[in-house]
Amino acid sequence: MTSAGSGLTLLQTCALSLLVFTGASQFALVGALAAGGNPLTAAAGAFFLGVRNAFYGLRLSQLLALPRAVRPFAAQWVIDETTAVALSQPTRRSVRIGFTVTGLSLYLLWNLTTLLGAAGAEAIGDTDAWGLDAAGPAVFLALLAPMLKTTTERAVAGIAVLLGLGLLPVLPAGVPVLVAALAAPAVLYVTGRRGTKTADDVFVGVANEAPAGAVNETPADAQNDVSGEDR
Amino acid sequence: MNIWIAIGATAVGCYALKLIGLLIPAGVLERPLVQRLAALLPVALLAALTAQQTFADGRVLVVDAKAAGLAAAAVALILRAPFLLVVAAAVVVTAGVRAMTG
Repeated sequence: MTSAGSGLTLLQTCALSLLVFTGASQFALVGALAAGGNPLTAAAGAFFLGVRNAFYGLRLSQLLALPRAVRPFAAQWVIDETTAVALSQPTRRSVRIGFTVTGLSLYLLWNLTTLLGAAGAEAIGDTDAWGLDAAGPAVFLALLAPMLKTTTERAVAGIAVLLGLGLLPVLPAGVPVLVAALAAPAVLYVTGRRGTKTADDVFVGVANEAPAGAVNETPADAQNDVSGEDR
Repeated sequence: MNIWIAIGATAVGCYALKLIGLLIPAGVLERPLVQRLAALLPVALLAALTAQQTFADGRVLVVDAKAAGLAAAAVALILRAPFLLVVAAAVVVTAGVRAMTG
């Protein structure tokens, strides 16, 4: 809908959803093009927003343990939502099912709604009046909430919010989010320094030292069980 | 034509990013520090994206109806509402605030 409103044709709008299939990057590209930006600058902004999918892929590849030949096909579905669903599954089987079902249904729905949205954008008019622009952040918040189990995760989230908002006015689109990602290694470094010194003990140190460390053991154990299967 | 170039570049770039993560060898990922980092990175990214999509209008920071919508979503999450209800709460409250302040 957004893209149809900013000068892209129906075909271009649908091609974006089919080929790019990562919402934030699509919106960024369309927004930059609508603002009269150079196409390559616009693509660079979209690229930076897509960098997080590489981090998701890192996490997913150990959970999914896909054969090498299947990975290029699975890659297109490595996005926020499939990662969140896959990470919350207890076994490798359910991780794979969760990833596939979420990926397939989102891919179909996303492209169908893009087509309907692009075709019907004029009929609906101003989508902002319907509050639909609040759906994006609400989805992210719902994905984020279950991850905030310990003080470590809350500290990371808090610092990331400050960096993401604080740097927004001064850095090019997409870059503040990447800088905000540095909150993760920064907090990890600080908690590691407070605990044991060697890198390999950081995980143990954090789990034992953090006040809410006990809560953190469940996902960590589940994840170790999953990755243990292929050893 | 320019738009197609942008679409093509974005599609190739974004696909490559997704693939890279999956192709990095498993041995690297078995180090506890890397696992811990990989678990924390989505937290940082999602938090920053949530804040930006709520409070950013282009490159300017604003507090508008979306902030009320996000607050409603947060309340729904605290009450352990199902996913769709959380999103619906944000949409309805945002639309409501906009209609009232119009």
